Amino acid sequence: MDNYAVEMTGITKIFGEGFKANDNVNLRVKRGDIHALVGENGAGKSTLMNILYGMYRPDSGYIKINSAEKTFHSPSEAISGGIGMVHQHFMLVETLSVLENIILGDEPAGFAGIIDYNTCRKRIKELAFVFRIDIDLDAKVGSLPVGIQQKIEILKILYRNAEILILDEPTAVLTPRETEGLFKTLKELRSEGKTIILISHKMSEVLSISDRITVLRRGKVTGDLHTADTGKSELGRLIVGEEIADLSVKVKTPFEDTILEVKNVSIKNDRKFLAIEDISFLVQSGEILGIAGVEGNGQTELIEALSGIREIDSGTVLLNGKRLQQNDVIAHIPADRHKHGIVKEYPLYMNILLGRESESGFSTPYHLKQKELINYTDNLIKEFDIRPADHGQLMGGLSGGNQQKAVAARELTKDTDLIIASHPTRGLDIKAAKFVHEALLSERRKGKAVVLVSTDLSELLMLSDRIAVMYNGTITGMFKAVQTDENEIGMYMTGMMAKDSKK
Amino acid sequence: MISVITSLLIGAIFIAAIGQNPLEVYLQLFSQTLGNTYGIGQVLFKATPLILTGLSVAIAFKAGLFNIGAEGQLNIGAFASAWVGFTFVTMPWYILIPLSILAGFIGGALWASIAGVLKAKFGSHEVINTIMLNFIALALVSYLVNNIYPVPATIHTPEISPNAWLQRFDVLTGIFKGSPFNLSFLIALAACLLMYYLLWKTPLGYQINTLGLNKGAAEYSKMNVKKLIMLSMALAGGFAGLGGLNFVNGYKHYLELGFSENAGYIGIAVALIARNNPWGIIIAAIFFGILEYGGLTINTLVPKEIITILQAIVILIMISINHFIAQSRYKKFNAGTANG
Repeated sequence: MDNYAVEMTGITKIFGEGFKANDNVNLRVKRGDIHALVGENGAGKSTLMNILYGMYRPDSGYIKINSAEKTFHSPSEAISGGIGMVHQHFMLVETLSVLENIILGDEPAGFAGIIDYNTCRKRIKELAFVFRIDIDLDAKVGSLPVGIQQKIEILKILYRNAEILILDEPTAVLTPRETEGLFKTLKELRSEGKTIILISHKMSEVLSISDRITVLRRGKVTGDLHTADTGKSELGRLIVGEEIADLSVKVKTPFEDTILEVKNVSIKNDRKFLAIEDISFLVQSGEILGIAGVEGNGQTELIEALSGIREIDSGTVLLNGKRLQQNDVIAHIPADRHKHGIVKEYPLYMNILLGRESESGFSTPYHLKQKELINYTDNLIKEFDIRPADHGQLMGGLSGGNQQKAVAARELTKDTDLIIASHPTRGLDIKAAKFVHEALLSERRKGKAVVLVSTDLSELLMLSDRIAVMYNGTITGMFKAVQTDENEIGMYMTGMMAKDSKK
Repeated sequence: MISVITSLLIGAIFIAAIGQNPLEVYLQLFSQTLGNTYGIGQVLFKATPLILTGLSVAIAFKAGLFNIGAEGQLNIGAFASAWVGFTFVTMPWYILIPLSILAGFIGGALWASIAGVLKAKFGSHEVINTIMLNFIALALVSYLVNNIYPVPATIHTPEISPNAWLQRFDVLTGIFKGSPFNLSFLIALAACLLMYYLLWKTPLGYQINTLGLNKGAAEYSKMNVKKLIMLSMALAGGFAGLGGLNFVNGYKHYLELGFSENAGYIGIAVALIARNNPWGIIIAAIFFGILEYGGLTINTLVPKEIITILQAIVILIMISINHFIAQSRYKKFNAGTANG
């Protein structure tokens, strides 16, 4: 008897008019393994897992769980079959306690249908003990950090007796430290005999934690590897299908002018508390200033203030030596493109107009210059390689990478010296991310000043000239990118260390 | 179209249930409304204020606002038009008519602006506020008519100067004989054209559309959201306020309490069915015009409530069809992009 927990054989799934999201995919996961499923956005990872989880039905192929053929028709069937999934976006009720969230939908009824909290509390405590997950069961979920919320999700599926756990991009939202904690838990789960399928597109993580790796590209399996026998370059080639050239070499630009000067600035958040307290820094022409930090430490407020959306409480911000005005033109790639960067219902060219509708090239006060706008968009499509190359395509129909390229195209071609980019590559595949990185570097070469906010430290280290670390509304450290590393920055991010910011 | 046919079929069941022949009723309904120029005139007369209140709801909706207040705005605007008409009686028509139109627009716009300013400055919800303002508007107009400008033994204002009249088409052209169909219909059409141009051809319209579709994107691209909210509400009120011209300047030549016959509320349905498209609004308003006037013509066969039921069914089916289309589109979209 073989010891596979999951065998998916010859899985094909066709969407719409002949688009093969999965094309004759085979996946075998050994019991007790951490098995990584890697590939770019759109490679078919989620589709495959949704088939396993009973959300989609395959057009052909079959699935065996523990050597027995199974077809799940819904997630709830999959759950009772011992499969649990932690989604990228957590499905927790923030106003309920940890305990209530875990038992939600599976509440043990005691006398007269009243929930028997004692029994389930005991059970969850046992689970938490076995898997060394340390959580206060009575805390409200909304008040807990993301890393803990994720562990609640894991407990939730363990509570439902899952033997096979699927985690969809679990580290996308975590800090380096939280990622470490997650990996500890995953190893703990493995040692207790659970089988884990990890969906990811971060190669270094996959290499550090998994036992085996299956690579998907454009719906097909391009590699089935023992982690021990492979490395970054092979994996990268299998994922992308070609070698990825390194980013253009970064050399110090010859510019010296100060573009942005922030002096003793404090900013209040929506609840009228100080989110930023007395911070100062400069950004020069031809420089990328990286801003590192765990999300929610004031970065959002800082960016909104710099881009003229939020008022400054005290202090001064100078742009090219003049006090920043609300209507100053600033290029801004927002962190959440769906919420702030695009209008899904508009065609591409009308998204290019967003924030630029008053530019004389695009309109008079009484009329939009549609023809000029469309010509302009067609040029951007070429320059930024936006696909499909159709200015009339609805924005909502573009892939995430192409939406982001469109946002970058719109913002980077504005007439301004200051560029603010917030998580510009979040959720993008390797190629699209590289494209955005190149675009930012090219603006830097032209002498623009760039403020880059990201939680991805490797991205910051790669692109920035200097890195400011934010913690609790202040800058706890300022480093030259070449003289620091992830560990050092990580310590400043969590407030464990702080020093006076140096220029 | 499907919804219209389906609702006629369901309506037929009701008609049959009260013992009448549905075919006969429908035949009468359509022949009386569309079969002669008098009927057509009546339908277009009924449709005129509905076009304007439909536009009112639609433009607010485009900005992401739900204007339930067209009824109140219509009444205030109508009173303003009437007041100009019976106050400046000596003015020549080429001043008095533009002035009446302007008064209607400004009256409605100011009234709607109360809700617009409250929304923009304090974030208080426009749905509640416009509903409340409807009650106040109706009471206010009633007070003005009964106490300030009373005409003994009536519930209407003094007559407006003949110089403020918007002529009836039967007087002008000889067709639509006997129907009160008048020049204000052209004002309604012009308003549609204005709305179309504003929303699809100007930077301001682009901003309003953006606000309605994605407020976050509007804020992040530094649009003046508060100004846009107030402006959209004012425009919405202005359109509704023009709706009074049809009755006051085009038909009776005075404002009579209750003249609006819920046109403000039916405007919501008109906008909904037309999916806020100005050309669709003309068609939807005419359709409701048919039901409104047609209800009167079949009164001898079935109770007028049948028409009300038909209207309600059309709206219900329309909403569910919209939902259904949106859902199947969403599914298709998901299928196309669901991946990695």
